[in-house]
Amino acid sequence: MSSRRPIRVLIAKPGLDGHDRGAKMVARGLKDAGMEVIYTGIRQTADSIVRTAVQESIDVIGLSILSGTHLSICEELMEKMVKEDIGDKFVLVGGIIPKKDVNRLKEMGVREVFRPTSTLEEIAQFIQREVEKR
Amino acid sequence: MTKQVKRSEKKSDNPKADSDLTETNTGVKVKLFYDPEDMPRFDYETSLGDPGQYPYTRGIYPTMYRGKLWTMRQYAGFSTSENTNSRFKFLLEQGQTGLSLALDLPTQLGLDSDDPLAKDDVGKLGVAIDTLRDMEEIFEGIPLDSISTSFTINSTASIILAMYVATAEKQGVDPSRLRGTIQNDIIKEYIARGTYIFPPEPSIRLIGDTIEYCIKQIPRFNSVSVSGTHICECGATPVQGVAYPFLTGIAYLREVLDRGYDIDDIAPLLSFHLIAGGVQFNFFQEIAKLRATRRLWGKILKERFNSKSEKAMQLKFSTGGMGGGMTEQQPLNNIARIAFYALAAALAGSQSMNLPCFDEAYAIPTDEAIRTSLRIQQIIAHEIGIPDVVDPLGGSYYVESLTDFFEKEIAAEMERIDSLGGILRCVEDGTIQKQLADQAYQVQKKLESGEMIKVGVNRFEIDEEDRELEVFEVDPETRSRQIDRFNRIKEDRDNQKVELSLEALKRAAGEKENLMPSILDAVRAYATVGEIVGQLKEIYGEASPVTVF
Repeated sequence: MSSRRPIRVLIAKPGLDGHDRGAKMVARGLKDAGMEVIYTGIRQTADSIVRTAVQESIDVIGLSILSGTHLSICEELMEKMVKEDIGDKFVLVGGIIPKKDVNRLKEMGVREVFRPTSTLEEIAQFIQREVEKR
Repeated sequence: MTKQVKRSEKKSDNPKADSDLTETNTGVKVKLFYDPEDMPRFDYETSLGDPGQYPYTRGIYPTMYRGKLWTMRQYAGFSTSENTNSRFKFLLEQGQTGLSLALDLPTQLGLDSDDPLAKDDVGKLGVAIDTLRDMEEIFEGIPLDSISTSFTINSTASIILAMYVATAEKQGVDPSRLRGTIQNDIIKEYIARGTYIFPPEPSIRLIGDTIEYCIKQIPRFNSVSVSGTHICECGATPVQGVAYPFLTGIAYLREVLDRGYDIDDIAPLLSFHLIAGGVQFNFFQEIAKLRATRRLWGKILKERFNSKSEKAMQLKFSTGGMGGGMTEQQPLNNIARIAFYALAAALAGSQSMNLPCFDEAYAIPTDEAIRTSLRIQQIIAHEIGIPDVVDPLGGSYYVESLTDFFEKEIAAEMERIDSLGGILRCVEDGTIQKQLADQAYQVQKKLESGEMIKVGVNRFEIDEEDRELEVFEVDPETRSRQIDRFNRIKEDRDNQKVELSLEALKRAAGEKENLMPSILDAVRAYATVGEIVGQLKEIYGEASPVTVF
């Protein structure tokens, strides 16, 4: 593990919602956990996120969604990732996500969903574990 | 000055019991108790004055809640205009006294419902407004001179205001009788909320245009509600949560002063929306902070702006306890938190309240949750005697010394930002955004380490049954229905008239005229929000985002 480059994470804020305290906080937490983190800023589309992920050789994409638009956004993003041949990178979702939607997101291929009860430490550990598995 | 306190040998449950000076959850140092020595310069007339008297520490009206209770608003409005109309009628029947309209994000960003960028967000967090027709239907059967309406709208506030005025005209109501508030505060959008469109300079010009219009045409309408709530949710301390809105408000005042208006005509149209609640809530501090806020604003207006008018010096504010303090764990605990937020706001003399809802960490609040928050306000107003006496905590050694403390701290933070080049500069270069992100991160770390106690989250946790609250859902057909309506209006309207009005608007934008008359003409012709914003973008360009974390 030590010989490998640091894990590269893209924190993205898709859709029109501009409340990005959570996104920035997770970005900061992962950076402090030793990862390289890029934050897209607000108002991203599936296209712009996938484009950045490819350009920046990202290992993990973390989406922050609070506005109730997680299902449609994730569906589109997962499709685009397969099309762009980065289907092997994994996607995490955080935000205000009703419990009943968690399984639906996972069926689409989202690796894990972090709801308001999650901690920065949990998220960082999860990413470390999943990347090591590969 | 600090007296020696005799203490029992018994071990206390309170970890703070061992020191005379302790730090509260917001980092303010407090003593074990307060006495007259803590307020050496206290003078009733200059520090407080009676309610309704300068410097308004005790309240801006002589009779406060005996004369008129605070306005009870809960944020509502979703999907389409018909749904919102019936929701409004329901809330008015339930005894709500003011309406608060949430608009969907596309409307807030000047995108029409058929815009590809809007596809996931139409009707989601509020109602979709594309044309005047939507506004007419939202208020169908609700005479606009009988209510006051608060609009959470910023970049497109001038357009939404124009639609409200045009709806009044259609109802046969004289627009000068309109009451309400548009948020219309762009600076906090760059800092915290994100619904900016244009760069700062033309955005502030548009705010100036709406204020000028309100002064002349609808003087009972609050043309700006400068918000501290969003920046607090984003990491601002309680002190910054007042200092930044004050600096922002002053920037708007200056914009209109520069157009030759008198401070005493402008200032009364400004109100503030301040936090009472949230992650960094501390009961007595919140009350003291709000009292200090009123006093400091009075002094700024009198001393810095030479205001002569009481109405201009009286700070009007509403309070919101934002959802950031709500927990997903043991969600019914949130009802208690909301009640404490509301009680603090009432004890501080807030003019208007909107409270978060207990299911806020799950999803968009349900009817039951919204009603519960309204009932909390009604219990405080009607059951437990709070409105009977004005400023009941006035004179408390602790509250008065905290009030002095907050007044000083807020003023010092304002000076600090001014010394860095002013609020606009600090927003444009990301200084403030970076600082808030740092602070938010520190608070989160304290919550995760348990240093900051949150009941049910890091203390007194339980293994919860897999609880699933009822979750409010937006009808998935909303977008297509809204687009159908939109297309029908586009067919029905006189498209040539629309074209002409849009051309006139673009010309006015280039020539630095007040844009409100041209926006009103375009709105009356049923031009869409997207069409109007499109014209302005051509002249003004778009803001570039700051992505520091």
